[in-house]
Amino acid sequence: MSPTRVLVTGLGVTTPLGGDVPSTWDALLAGRSGVNRLEQDWAEQLPVRIAAEVAVEPAEVLDRVKARRLDRSAQFAMIAAQEAWEDSGLSRDDMDRERLGVAVASGIGGIQTLLANYDLLQDKGPRRVSPLAIPMLMPNSAAANVGLFVGAQSGVHTPVSACASGNEAISLGVDMIRLGRADVVLAGGTEACVHPLPLAAFGQMMALSKRNDDPEAASRPWDVGRDGFVLGEGGGILVLESEAHARARGARAYAEVAGAGVTADSHDIAQPHPEGFGASRAMAMALREASLAPGDIRHINAHATSTPQGDIAEAMAIRATLGNATDGIVVSGTKSMTGHLLGAAGALESIAAVLVLHHRLVPPTINLDDRDPEIDLDIATKVRDLPQGDAAALNNSFGFGGHNVAIAFTNV
Amino acid sequence: MATTEEIRSSLAEIVNEVAGIPVSDVQLDKSFTDDLDVDSLSMVEVVVAAEEKFDVKIPDDEVKNLKTVGDAVAFIERASS
Repeated sequence: MSPTRVLVTGLGVTTPLGGDVPSTWDALLAGRSGVNRLEQDWAEQLPVRIAAEVAVEPAEVLDRVKARRLDRSAQFAMIAAQEAWEDSGLSRDDMDRERLGVAVASGIGGIQTLLANYDLLQDKGPRRVSPLAIPMLMPNSAAANVGLFVGAQSGVHTPVSACASGNEAISLGVDMIRLGRADVVLAGGTEACVHPLPLAAFGQMMALSKRNDDPEAASRPWDVGRDGFVLGEGGGILVLESEAHARARGARAYAEVAGAGVTADSHDIAQPHPEGFGASRAMAMALREASLAPGDIRHINAHATSTPQGDIAEAMAIRATLGNATDGIVVSGTKSMTGHLLGAAGALESIAAVLVLHHRLVPPTINLDDRDPEIDLDIATKVRDLPQGDAAALNNSFGFGGHNVAIAFTNV
Repeated sequence: MATTEEIRSSLAEIVNEVAGIPVSDVQLDKSFTDDLDVDSLSMVEVVVAAEEKFDVKIPDDEVKNLKTVGDAVAFIERASS
């Protein structure tokens, strides 16, 4: 018996490029950078003073009282979930909510709430710590709030695997539907850690670009001048739905989630395997689960964070997995424009890959002025057309801890 | 020392800030939970903000007795006299 087909029937984001899917997609096609100089007072002391902050502040779109009960990361998730839910056409009154689940990931969770309350504790004592601190800072807060918003009564989950978290949430959502535990799952990720502590800490790992004087050129995957990633923030949610449920209500589908591959390097807590063995196995697993051959893949949204080692390891892994078929694949690096959204990256970039299949257009990778000679991939540097006909796309996400998740999407 | 109306009015601003309830709805006979939709965590926020505003201590054991806005105003009046 063939597995249940899982369709993508709704999309929502808030990103450094825009407060919703249409504005973000337009900016991706236009090759616009969302990276900015940090103007906050606290940034002055930091060696890294650039980041990709969201284009639309949550306070501009969320009800004030609701917003003050949510960590910034949960605010992003709620904004993305509202758009995705509306886009799907689903309504909580018209569906069996015991068949409705959530998988919303975060790499870091409610760190801004945690740190703000620690400051209150130090400055003003325990009586001033917010009674909402725990429900706001707990890593499952975004997922739980999205669940409350739609009324989800199947599983509500928060996969945590650093920068692979968003993709892992999508993989989990697919599993939930294929195992028969849910008909619809809101899956994605969120991250909000543009704050001096994470910036200092990632900086100490030598992971961040220090191109403070030219923020828009700082995130430059595969370019010889790349010197680390740019921290980004935002959220992305996909509505995943069983084919039967979607067909029964005449839903519009953007793409099918055809398969997922989840592996671990078991190599190092922070460094990727130098040849990307785990990444390669994740891609191969996704292809196998999706019953796809390398030649079916037309597009890869690469993890491509703009770090010296990571970009090479992934390029080697792609070629090792897909062989000569690699030459027929148009690759792009969304992070060149959005920075690295950590636990939301997999969600945002899966949405980008889905839109590539839907619109048959591949957004460019910006700042690729001088390609690293070790990178043997066909990278889009301007908008490229995807040929008509059946097409599949992969989205890769890898995280500290050696987590690798590849998701395979096909057109519908 | 503040009048009953001044305390009610300041408390109403706190309830508005915490729970979004219109200031004019926060009247002495209103129940925090039943009428104003202030849940238990928000009530803690209201209490802590009131302690700071009126420079009083509202013990945890006392909070369960503050069922209405009038109960809270009366407690604050007693505590600050």
